[in-house]
Parts: sequence; C-alpha cells; structure tokens
Amino acid sequence: MSNERNDDPFETGETATGSLNPTMTAATTTADDDVVDDTQAENAIELREVEGLSQGQIVRRRFFRHTGAMVGLVVLILTAVLAITSIGFTLGPIRIPGWWQYSHTQLNPILNPRGAPTLTWPWDAAGFAIGEHPFGQDEIGRDIFARTMKGVQTSLIVMAVIGAVATLIGTLIGAFSGFFRGKVDTVLMRFTDLIITLPVIVIGAVLGKKLGAADPIPLALALGAVSWTGLARLVRGDFLSLREREFVDAARVAGASTTRIIFKHMLPNAIGVIIVSVTLLMSSAILLETALSYLGFGIQQPNVSLGQMINDYQGAFNTRPWLFWWPGLFIILIALCINFIGDGLRDAFDPRQKKIPSARKMARADRRAARVAARATA
Amino acid sequence: MLIFIVRRTLVGLALLLVASFVFYMLVDFTIDPLSDLRTSTDPSAPLQMEQRIEMLNLDAPPWERYIDWLFAFVTGDLGVAWRTGRSVSDLLGTAIISTIQLVSFATVAAIVLGVAVGIVSALRQYSSFDYLITFFAFLMFSLPSFWVAVLLKQWGAIGFNDFLVDPVIAPAVIVGISVVAGFLWQLAVGGGAKRRAIHGVIAALTVALVLVYMQVTNWWLQPRLDWVLLTLTSLGIAVTVTTLSTGLRNRRSLYTALTCVVLGLVLYIPVRYYLFSMLTPSMSYGLAALLGLLAIAVGMGIGWAWRGPDWKQSARTGGITAFLIAGLIFLDKVLSYWPAYMSAPAINNRPIQTIGDRAPNLGGNFWVQVLDGYTHLILPSLALMLISFAGYTRFSRGSMLEVMNQDYIRTARAKGVNERTVVMRHGFRNSLIPLASIVPVDIIGLIGGALITERIFSRPGMGQLFIANLGADDIDPVMAYLVIVAFLAILANIVADLLYAALDPRIRVNA
Repeated sequence: MSNERNDDPFETGETATGSLNPTMTAATTTADDDVVDDTQAENAIELREVEGLSQGQIVRRRFFRHTGAMVGLVVLILTAVLAITSIGFTLGPIRIPGWWQYSHTQLNPILNPRGAPTLTWPWDAAGFAIGEHPFGQDEIGRDIFARTMKGVQTSLIVMAVIGAVATLIGTLIGAFSGFFRGKVDTVLMRFTDLIITLPVIVIGAVLGKKLGAADPIPLALALGAVSWTGLARLVRGDFLSLREREFVDAARVAGASTTRIIFKHMLPNAIGVIIVSVTLLMSSAILLETALSYLGFGIQQPNVSLGQMINDYQGAFNTRPWLFWWPGLFIILIALCINFIGDGLRDAFDPRQKKIPSARKMARADRRAARVAARATA
Repeated sequence: MLIFIVRRTLVGLALLLVASFVFYMLVDFTIDPLSDLRTSTDPSAPLQMEQRIEMLNLDAPPWERYIDWLFAFVTGDLGVAWRTGRSVSDLLGTAIISTIQLVSFATVAAIVLGVAVGIVSALRQYSSFDYLITFFAFLMFSLPSFWVAVLLKQWGAIGFNDFLVDPVIAPAVIVGISVVAGFLWQLAVGGGAKRRAIHGVIAALTVALVLVYMQVTNWWLQPRLDWVLLTLTSLGIAVTVTTLSTGLRNRRSLYTALTCVVLGLVLYIPVRYYLFSMLTPSMSYGLAALLGLLAIAVGMGIGWAWRGPDWKQSARTGGITAFLIAGLIFLDKVLSYWPAYMSAPAINNRPIQTIGDRAPNLGGNFWVQVLDGYTHLILPSLALMLISFAGYTRFSRGSMLEVMNQDYIRTARAKGVNERTVVMRHGFRNSLIPLASIVPVDIIGLIGGALITERIFSRPGMGQLFIANLGADDIDPVMAYLVIVAFLAILANIVADLLYAALDPRIRVNA
C-alpha cells in the first residue's frame, strides 16, 4: 500500500491530500524524505541487489524467498489437487471420476462403531493406516472424506468466483473514480458507500436466501458483487496519486487515449495493491461462504459446503467429533494458506519492508567472515 | 468543521434513505411470505393465501409497499412481525441492549489486548515473539467463528463447569502453566539473555504462586479479592500505571499512585461491606459509572495534592490508578455472590453459560444480575473478539512500526529522551491516530459478526432477530434491523473521519 513503488528514493509519492480515506492516508503519510547520506549508501547496496532486474522479477524473487508464503502456496495447491482428483468433479455434462472409491452422497454400511474414522496415526498402537473411511462416516453411513473433499471443492470455487468478480468490479470502479475524479468520483463513491452501509455478511444473508440453495455459482457471483468495496477504495486512492505522476502526463502528450492510459500505464502500477487486497479478500470470502452456509443462507442440501457440514453436525460434537473436526480443519487450512500468501505478496510488492536478519544470524555471518579472513591470511 | 459535520450528516441521511429503498426492494425480492402455503396440502391453503396477500398488501407493487413502510417508519411505527403479531419496537427493545452489551464488551477487550500485543510485537520486530504473534494473528484471521464457538462451548463451558465440581489443579499442570507463562513473558520482554532469564523465572514463579494460593484458599469456589490479593494487585496496578504514564523516576507520580493504593485498602472494608450493601436496592450501571467517576476525581485530587510543577501528570496517574482499584473493589463485591449464585437452582453449580443472555427465573439483586450477565457474556464475547483482536494486533503493529521509523523518533532519541518516553509519548500516541479511524468501522464488522455469535449462543439479540425473521419471510423486523445497522455504519464513518481530522492536523476537512 505504498506510493513509492518505483525505487527512486528522491521522488516523493504524490499524496492524496484532503482525502479522508483512513487506510490510504495512513499509508501515504510516510512519504519518505530521508535523503541523507547514509541512506544513499544503503540505497546503493540495495540497488546493487536488484540491478538489471525488472519490477516483476524483483517481486517474484522476493515472493519466492518468503518462506511462509511458499509453504502456504504449496499446501494450498496440494489441497486443491487432493480435492479435485480424489472424488473427481462434474463440469456440466462432463463427469471426471476420481480415485476415491466413495462418492459424497453414497450410503455405505457403517464400519466402525458410530462410524468412527479408520485413519490411525503412526503413534497409535495399530500404526499408520488410512483404511476404508479415514475421516469417518456420518449417522447414515456417508463417507466424510468424500464429503469434506466436495466441500473443499465448493469452497474453492466460491472463493475463486468471488475473487474474480470483486477484482473486476472493484478495480474498474476504483480506477474510473480515481482517474476521472469530479462527478464520476462522487457518484461511484456514493455507490460504494451505499454498499458499505451493511456488513457483507448481512447483505450476503439476504442475497443467499434467494440464491443460495441452488448452486454455488450464483451465490458466489452475488457475494462477489457486494464484497469489492474495500478494493475499490484502495485502487481509487492509488489512482488519485498515480494520475499526478509524470509518466501519465508523458503518455497523454504522446497522444494515448484515456482507456490506454488507464489500462496500459496506470493499472500495472497499481497491480500490487490489487493483488494483495484480492488475496486477503479471498481468505475472508471463504470464511464468508462457510459462515453463510452455517447460518443456513448459503449452500444447502444436496450440495455440500464445509460450513453447512459444521452446521449439520455441530450437535454431534460429543458423540461424533470427527464430523465437526475435519470440515473445520480444512476451512482453517485454506484460509491460513491464503493469508500467508497474501502476506508474502504484500512484502514482495512493498519495497519499504525489509527482512532484517536476527542477531544470531548476523553473529553467525560475522564468525563465518572472520573464519574466511583467517583462512585467507593463513 | 461545523459545515463539514452538517454536510456529512445531510449526505448520510440521504444515503440512508436511498439505502432503505434498495434494501426494501432487495428483501422484497428475496423473501416469499407465501412459501409455506404454496407447498401446503391444507384444503384451505388458497383461502389463507388470499387472506395473507390482502393482509400484507402483496398485490401492490413493491415500491408502493415501500412508501407505506417508509411513512410508518418515519413516524416511529416500525411495523409488526406478522407471523407472531408482535410489534417490531417491542422486539427490538431488548434485542438492542443485548447486542450492544456483547459488541461493546468484545470491542473493549479486543482493542485493549490487541493494541497492547501489537505494540509489544512491533517493539520486538523480527523476534521470536513477533513471529509467534504474527502466526497467531493469521491463525485467528483464518478461524471460522462458528467453529471456535463450538469448541469454546465444549471446553470453555462444559469443561470449566466440570472442573468446578472438584477444583483441584494437579501439580504437574501448575508447573506446566507456569513454565509456558514464563517462557512467553521472557519472549515479550526481550533484551539480553540474562534479563530474559530473570524476567522469565520471576513470571513463572509468580504464576505458580498465584495458582497455588488459589488452590490453597479454595479460590475457585469462593472467588474474592482478600487483603493479600487486593494489596498485590493494587500495587501491581500502581507500578504499571506509573511506569506507562510517567515513568517510575517521577517520584510524585509514583507517590500519588501509592497513596491511591493505601486509600483503596483503607476504604476497602467500608465501601465493600457498608456503602455497597447500603446502595444495593438502588444500584444500577448508571450509579456504578458515577462511583467510577468519583474514584477518578479522588485519584486526580490526590495527584493535585502532591503538588509540584507537573501535577497534571500525577493527576493523570492517580485518576487511572484510583479508577482501576475502585474497579477491583466492585469486582470483589460481585464475586462475593459467587457461592450463592452457584447454588441457585437456575444455575445448579454450572456457572459458565452457553445459552441466552440471562438465566431465566434467577431473581436476585443487582450484583447477582451483574454476575449472571458476565457468565453469559464471557464465551460469546471471546468468540466475537478473536477476529478483531487479530486485526488490531496487525494494525497497531504496522502503525507503530511506521511511527517508530519516523525522523522525530530519531530526534527524540538523539536529544537523550529515555526509551519509555520515546515509546509511550512519541511512538504510542502517534500510532493511535490511524487506529482511531479503524475502530468505528471495526465495530460495524463486529455487529455483523454478532450475527453468528448470537446464533450459536442463542442470545436474543438483533442478529438473532434478523436471522430468524429473514428465515420466516417477515419483512418489517428485517428492515428495522437493516436500517439500524446502516444508520450505525454511516454514523461510524462520520465519527471515524471526524476523529481522524481531530487527531491529525495534517488532514484538512473539506469533503
């Protein structure tokens, strides 16, 4: 959320004065003006590190070095692959079967007493085994693994659709609002205010009551259509400051059309804000969908959602805790992964955030340097 | 400024009007008051359907019904929940209080804890403590609150109530808790290995001693703040408040705080046993707040009485200390009803509640009601608090880091200001500026979150009202809820802007 994405320390980002948007102003009040000798030296070192690299390469490199984000990315991909390949998926008339032997609707004979999980851990007496129903069965014998995987699929689809819709609407509204200012800005921002007047979950409940039962896609479209507000405000703030920059003037003088200036020149400069904000939006989207399904205004039977599973089974916590644990753990896993990815992206896009090695690591580096020096003299 | 407020209020009202129209259309589009009759096999269903269409004026276009609703709403008639026949204002009356209690409790707890942890985390940037807090913040962001709430019910309520049947903590558990507490404390303290070790050991020993003391004096069944605990906690409060407020070097300030402690201990018996008992029949939250103000006044008076050129700082320290100590005595009075509360038939020795916002047929005086309210509040507000706690941690950390990198912090350090003053006066105060604009918006988020919490803990609040009536296709209560929340949100945004402008002179108010 910084204005100084171009690595020039002498150029103070044009701040959007007079705006009262809290998040934006908070970020822009730190226009860095430490043009002091030692910072120049520091910058020289920093610049050497990124010499000959494009902005995209720098960001990618920073992102891939962020341990938390990489772990999150890998786990998220693994989860998605597991959910898709295990029970397969249906896309319209096409049905791609998975490798798991049960489907999420199939009634099976109950194996263990009360349908307890057959999964045993390495520290159990029996040793590690997956068994027939690793996550257990519910009271009518449905396989909880298949149901959880189906729920993960639903959640991921809903999340992706909400993210896509919100990105589209939020970016467009924010960009137009910030670029054109004046009347367009007033109208669009009042419209944003209108949506913000209610917590997303409340509008979601109203919309979900009508659209929830059928299919996850309409619900996700509707939720995406109301959760873009934060993004629009951020993009607007960014555009307000970007449009004052020289490269925009240059493009205009060169005869570029308004559309071209917005999409070709300014949007790539705002991409950091957009990506980070969308990532965090998606992690809250998954919680929103599960919460709505829990309240009964989201995904409903016969469709499966993780939140709806918890709602159905919460009374059974004492007798069949696995009905409750597994869907919950997968919600947390997905949301946590996305949050870490978002954190990594934020760090990657924000040149002001530097990772400072711990004192121990510095001492170790010093010792190594001393050793090398000693060897060289010896 | 005045023009700004007037303009924002007018724009807000216009927005509310438009919003109410949009919401009405949306809700009207969503609900179907005839849904139960459509699937009904009752031979009289068509007749009932006609009656209902006439009663709810369903033949008229939605905008006509909106106009009717709007005129009634503006004149103060919030409508009738037609399924039950109860008027919406009656339904809202108790629900609003319940929700406000829950949300304010959760907000205060989240802000105090979140900001404190966030600031410490920022001061120990890139330490193990910082990483630990960051991880937990992300974990809390990712926790579905309905899932946490079920766990809280299971372990927080049922588990703790079971524990109270025979409240004995095994020695191994005491050791375990103490070690963990000491470990966390030394992480938070930071500094060199020796400093950390000393702090960690002291913290662990303190926790262990407190737990043993509670065990020995049967504290769990008869919770109270007797002389020992009151003296210790008051001294702790005095020292902490002085350290944070002016620093221990400021002797007058320290003496003010200590005088407050002595006065508190002297007044403990008369206030706790005579004044409170005398006031019991007429006691209310309003009176309690008045007494709190009185305590602040006394504390500030003590600070003033210590004189000196900086008596205002002493007065500040004294006011905060006196208020907190008065709060302790209030708490002690409430806790003294614990055994009676436990044995009441409505409670039956299972004090931590998971349903509703008050025990039915409990009766009792003000103190019992307060105690009952707390036992019902604790779990829902914990569940509600977790998410915004994480938010405040992250936000105050970020804002503190930003402030601590400013030039004026370096200047303050360079001119020899001690670290406490740098952190508390130059750092902390400035880091609160952006926070002030987040709080009102966050409260709206909490009202939304209360939807889930109220549902899980069956608290009869506004969210529950909304959910139930949305499910029952009843438009009037739903609209009342939406308009109230929208009103609060618009108000919160105006307040946020004003706060921001008031705190940060760089912001020009010209919107």
